Amino acid sequence: MEHFDPVILARMQFAATALYHFLFVPLTLGLSWLLVILEATYVMTANSVWKDTVKFWGKLFGINFAMGVATGVTMEFQFGTNWAYYSHYVGDIFGAPLAIEGLMAFFLESTMVGLFFFGWDKMSRVQHLTATGLLALGTNLSAVWILIANGWMQDPVGAAFNVDTMRMEMTSFFDLIFNPVAQAKFVHTVSAGYVCGSVFMLAISSYFLRRGQHVEIMKRSFAVAASFGLAASLSVVVLGDESGYNMNEHQQMKMAAIEGMWDTEPAPAALTLFAIPDRTAMKNDAEIKVPALLGLIGTRSFNVVIPGIKDLVAQSDGRIQNGIKAYAAMVAIKKDPKDDAARSVLAANGKDLGYGLLLKSTGVDPAQATDADIHAASLTLVPDVFPLFWSFRIMVACGFWFIALFALAFWKSSRGKFAPNWVQRAALYSLPLPWLAIELGWIVAEYGRQPWAIEGILPTRLGASAVSAPEVLTSLIGFVIFYTVLLVVDLTLMIRYARRGPETNAA
Amino acid sequence: MIPIPFDYGTLRLIWWGLLGVLLIGLAVMDGFDMGVAFLNPILGRTDTERRIMINTVGPVWEGNQVWLITGGGAIFAAWPALYATSFSGFYLAMFLVLVSLILRPVSFEFRNKFSGNKRVAWDYTLFMSGLIPPLVFGVAFGNLFLGVPYTIDTLGLPTYHDGLVMGFLHLLKPFALLTGLTSVAMLATHGAVYLAAKTDGTMRSRAATTATIGMLVWLVLFVVGGFWVAHLDGFTTTSAIDINGASNPLLKTVAVEHGVWLRNYQAYPLLYAVPGLAILGAIVAVLLIRAGRFATAFIGSGLMVACTIATAGIALFPYLMTSSLEPSQSLTVWDASSSPLTLWLMTIAAVIFVPLILIYTSWAYYILRKPITEAQVNTPNSNLY
Repeated sequence: MEHFDPVILARMQFAATALYHFLFVPLTLGLSWLLVILEATYVMTANSVWKDTVKFWGKLFGINFAMGVATGVTMEFQFGTNWAYYSHYVGDIFGAPLAIEGLMAFFLESTMVGLFFFGWDKMSRVQHLTATGLLALGTNLSAVWILIANGWMQDPVGAAFNVDTMRMEMTSFFDLIFNPVAQAKFVHTVSAGYVCGSVFMLAISSYFLRRGQHVEIMKRSFAVAASFGLAASLSVVVLGDESGYNMNEHQQMKMAAIEGMWDTEPAPAALTLFAIPDRTAMKNDAEIKVPALLGLIGTRSFNVVIPGIKDLVAQSDGRIQNGIKAYAAMVAIKKDPKDDAARSVLAANGKDLGYGLLLKSTGVDPAQATDADIHAASLTLVPDVFPLFWSFRIMVACGFWFIALFALAFWKSSRGKFAPNWVQRAALYSLPLPWLAIELGWIVAEYGRQPWAIEGILPTRLGASAVSAPEVLTSLIGFVIFYTVLLVVDLTLMIRYARRGPETNAA
Repeated sequence: MIPIPFDYGTLRLIWWGLLGVLLIGLAVMDGFDMGVAFLNPILGRTDTERRIMINTVGPVWEGNQVWLITGGGAIFAAWPALYATSFSGFYLAMFLVLVSLILRPVSFEFRNKFSGNKRVAWDYTLFMSGLIPPLVFGVAFGNLFLGVPYTIDTLGLPTYHDGLVMGFLHLLKPFALLTGLTSVAMLATHGAVYLAAKTDGTMRSRAATTATIGMLVWLVLFVVGGFWVAHLDGFTTTSAIDINGASNPLLKTVAVEHGVWLRNYQAYPLLYAVPGLAILGAIVAVLLIRAGRFATAFIGSGLMVACTIATAGIALFPYLMTSSLEPSQSLTVWDASSSPLTLWLMTIAAVIFVPLILIYTSWAYYILRKPITEAQVNTPNSNLY
């Protein structure tokens, strides 16, 4: 059992449960607004075809929503079980958006989802539409707060270290919620959810249109999904670009890694389309580059330089030196809380305390670190370039494909062409792609942040609980088995209920 | 920045109260659907009866479960040290709770999409999901009185000094088992009262009988627990307390003394009204059930649930979690909170949103107020589970 590292196991558990949870969330985000659009049309036209349409998609929404709610609890509790030091160290800031999410959004969506399913015969049409609208609003407000929390992990604004409590504490709530990184991430993530919901609806309605079944319902669904999806897919790419711009300001290492940029290039830097990055040799094989493009996207200028990985590593040596001073001052203050000299050293170097912790996380006592130790710690800042480089490229390719797909679908539906055609076939085969793109997007965002749990503040390794490998392994295996069984059941039901099609003329 | 109108100690006290509100909200609201899940294969003799039971909570369980999620988020934000220490300490127990919390919605959603033995299997996952969380939460609460084997280092990292399986089995001490059973009895009873209010015919009379028996079981366990706790070794702070001090749980000294858990009741005898109200709530609920006033009886059982939790919380105050290895490292209201700014912002959020939540939740319950009948669940193409 000593071969297992509890921190690696805890990371695997977090990655597995987060990626799993996010199979359900984006569909909830997108499908909820699509339900609102369909139901609003029903309320306005009083044509019961629209009601049958809402009910059909609603049933699929329900199976998915239950899974999303169920697996979300794991995400929250896991911070406490596997990441106790993280919880202690940043709970003062990170906990607040989670709690507010519950109060503002999650209660709303979860109460309204009950009315959506069980309230058809008990409410007026407008009341029911209101419940559906509040459901969609709630799901999206949830995403706001979760992404404020996640945005803070990428760019920890509005917080400072307090040596008397040994943790980060909030200094500005305003900075926390109006963090530009969080704002861009929110719009990018919910737009991706809208794309996911639209592809889902487009693909399943294509399935029926190709078979000539339920045509009245499916051609309406197809048209709504095409127009909503077109707007959403454009928004995803634009806001993804905004995230890239923010990343260049706040997370230069992640930016350099996803671009496979080992060396700083003269501005404007070239964009690498294809490469086989080699982390040990710190170089790319088989590169294909487009001149100047990266510099334009990343800095929106011709003359701002984007630093490469090697330069970023060199810069962090200095920050680790500052971090050692801050760490030593912190230890001195722990011994004598009235040591004012140490307090002023900490005040001067506190912003780099995280780099002292990074050194500690490599197993070196910051008080005894040699230059070689410091440089070795700097090198741990280099992320795993290969998976980031390729995850990012596949995600972007999917994004552009969605724009094309929705444009084609929009063109077909605006001309009233719903007879079996090749766009429907393309839509059907595209069904898994939004999930692929979204999961890869999270891998870029979170794996690309390593070795930090909180960028520049808390290394992931130090955030873990003092639990043993067998404990984490037990729960990891437990979750994998349990979640796999659930996924099989969920997909079986989804496919069965999707294939069964709508129940027309329901009461 | 607008100055915070309360001092740190007051904010901490407010958040101790709000923690109580959230735990009570969880037990009263999510508790009844756990009770219904637990009773499902016991009281429902046919598939139709079980579907009736499930559909009484079908439209509301999702909203109810949010009390748990918000409660977790609020502990994270307001009591980060408690969040870190308790969740990582009760490791295997939390895993069991998580699995059962996932099983419950999944069972609701999936059960009616299967038939025969597969459907019956979901009835038993539902039963487990109604049994395990109340049991584990009750056992955990009991262990807070007994002390838990953890220490906290100077950097603030909590470590739980017990193995995986033994650490879990050691939680099952006699007193903790009693509090666990009290919790299960309380929520099963509360669920039975809810069922009586939301069903009719034989299902209703069966639920009413179960509720009456459940009240008696709960009463015995609650009273035994009350006498038992008076004879336990309790925790008491022996150094000066600065209620406005920094949140560092390593700066005080705590002694273990026999019988001190009733000190708050002895200091303020008026507080005995809280356990008194729990018993009164149970009695009123039984009388109202016998009078056929089922919906009003639910208020009585809600009072029972709320005051049972308040009774335990008042006894523990100011302790949030106690260490059996290093009693001085126990977490209290005065040294385990988040910063004044975070507590204040969270207070504002709670003051704005809790009333809104109560308003739309009431609206939803009003719309769904009619009992579930056999005719309804047998209607083809219905929206029910």
